[in-house]
Amino acid sequence: MSPNKRPVLNKKEVEMNYLLKEAPREQHFITGAQAMSEAVKRANVDMAIAYPITPQSEVMHLVGDVFAQGHIKEYYRAEEELGTMSAIAGAARAGIRLFTATSGPGLIRGLEAIVSWPGHRVPAVLGILTRVINAPLSIQPDNLEMAYMLYSGAVMLHAENQQDTFDFTLAAFAITEKVDVYIPVAVATEGFFVTHAKGYVDMMSEDLVYKPFDPVAAPVPAMDNETPPARIQRDAPVQKSNFMSYLIHSVWQQEIWDSNSRAMKYIYEYLGGPIEVQNPESDIFVVASGCAAAQAREAHRYAQEEGLSVGLIKVKAIRPFPKKEINEVVKNAKALIVPEHNIVGWLSTEIKACIPNGGIVVDGPRVYGGMTLPVELIMYEIYEALGIEHNMKL
Amino acid sequence: MSLKYITPAERFKRYLPKDYVELVDFGPFGKTQDEAGPGNMGQFKELVEEHPMCSGCWMAYYIRLIFASLPCPEETVTLGTAGCGRLAISQAAVPFIYGNYGDQNAMASGLTRAFRLRFPDKQKDVITIAGDGGTMDIGFSMTMHSWIRGEKFTTIMLDNEVYGNTGGQSSGMSPKGAVLKMAPMGKDFEKMPATKLAQAAGCVYTVRMSPTNIKKAAKIIRRAIFVAREVGPTFIQAYTSCNIEYSIPTEEVFQDAKDQEKDRFQFEEYMTDEAKEVIERVEAEEKAASKSRKAAKKAAAAEAV
Repeated sequence: MSPNKRPVLNKKEVEMNYLLKEAPREQHFITGAQAMSEAVKRANVDMAIAYPITPQSEVMHLVGDVFAQGHIKEYYRAEEELGTMSAIAGAARAGIRLFTATSGPGLIRGLEAIVSWPGHRVPAVLGILTRVINAPLSIQPDNLEMAYMLYSGAVMLHAENQQDTFDFTLAAFAITEKVDVYIPVAVATEGFFVTHAKGYVDMMSEDLVYKPFDPVAAPVPAMDNETPPARIQRDAPVQKSNFMSYLIHSVWQQEIWDSNSRAMKYIYEYLGGPIEVQNPESDIFVVASGCAAAQAREAHRYAQEEGLSVGLIKVKAIRPFPKKEINEVVKNAKALIVPEHNIVGWLSTEIKACIPNGGIVVDGPRVYGGMTLPVELIMYEIYEALGIEHNMKL
Repeated sequence: MSLKYITPAERFKRYLPKDYVELVDFGPFGKTQDEAGPGNMGQFKELVEEHPMCSGCWMAYYIRLIFASLPCPEETVTLGTAGCGRLAISQAAVPFIYGNYGDQNAMASGLTRAFRLRFPDKQKDVITIAGDGGTMDIGFSMTMHSWIRGEKFTTIMLDNEVYGNTGGQSSGMSPKGAVLKMAPMGKDFEKMPATKLAQAAGCVYTVRMSPTNIKKAAKIIRRAIFVAREVGPTFIQAYTSCNIEYSIPTEEVFQDAKDQEKDRFQFEEYMTDEAKEVIERVEAEEKAASKSRKAAKKAAAAEAV
């Protein structure tokens, strides 16, 4: 569609802080997929590239509608995920704001390109609507694919519910484009449990929109033959096999992970910090991210009713990982129970690695392959850790 | 901005590398083909001054030819992938994007669309330059689908019929029977029909050639770029022999390229009516402009006398 045929919307451009914290909000009852697309609608996205995979497809269908309504300038369905993720990398070189989303096997298929985004300094937002990685074939929720993203260099946020999905996705656009960050931000949430279930989401008016992408404010300028300094290299040093090339590559890698660390201050600014804590003086904590945090919250409520010394730590940022913040809260804790929606327990591994007394981490409970996470599973571990007699059987 | 963006401020010039300043002052940025095209290669600071390829590399020659033929180097971005080609392409004084294996046409799809968004009134030329493996094997799906979608950019395949950079493995573009690494008994299927695939996928201009004639090869490159600007995807399959893996003595590289013109790389040019219209119009305009420049020069010379 030519630009002059596109609908023209008169929206008010505002800063992210105003959008997230000050703009009046109204409550809506919508799915997680709707929440993500509603965030994209308000993010002033230039181009979105779609490729179907369950359960993500719903998100990019809705983003397609958002494009048709004129909130996004360009949108197309790519050939497959590697093509999608590569096209995002190509489009980023022209200096525009970008969004795409995928799930499980799709993420793995696109991973070659995705793990190169940080090194290419691609400021894009990637939605991950988690799903089992085949095989055997399954479309059910399971966040094992997030384990493959941990060492990609990307910033990773994990949303508990529909409201988080909306807020995290919006904030992600601001975080990824900070000059001292400028690496992609992935916003993950559980497929079906969040994407296809409705929850209350407070949203600001869709007449408000995040201020447009600024291609000049970049540590690595757009390759548009417009934004100085000129990126022409008559003797590309990185492609040689000598000490200087190794040095340049190592410095580049350090810079990516430093950028990842620097994202933390913006996670504080826009999302109030990388963790949420309830009852910080407790003996035992349930530590969880994403959908598991919703069940952990429920277990925490049961424990309060029973007068148990149980706290809750919800981990919002997976990368950069909140090592300092978690250590601060759990320094006197006797046990940490880590419920997860995957078999490998990547979150419990992260927590063990960042505290001095990893032995206090209880491995689990874990569900996977699409299984739900009953609160009773968490309660069982709480009783066991506190040495309370119970008649629960697994 | 584009010309200005390359041009250093007068007072800053003395702090910049001499070869960069000379490239801007005397090179092909902002010039016509008459002033700085392949016909004058060697008279100006070239976009690719040196190359790191093997001695006698025909691909290195063709890559220099591509850069010398660009209608507007100051508005051009190239993309490529792993392979010998990117070693030289990445050293050109034109922005080059290297992504991952075989994804050049997917990246170019995103880039071209993004350029049209940001600069609706400006023509930015996007060209993917990759080998036969990158274009037709590992990048096959992304190449084909960029054409099927009608993405408006130029694809140039440097067809040396082998994976040269990784040590001489058989590719889909290797001829049947060729004994290469990973085909120790000889390749047992035919060379892929690249231009036919391109036409079936919707390329509006395709050429298969062995670029032995500099002027003709330059004209083809320019045609592919002009047509991509206005009509749709364009594709050039150019023979760029690998003298190492095919054991062609350096002094016979040119003869081999000429022999191939009668064999697997017989000249074939395909264009749609719409593409033909663009070519005829642009070439007539260029001819007229060249004529008037010459006339003006003659008049100025006469006046000076």
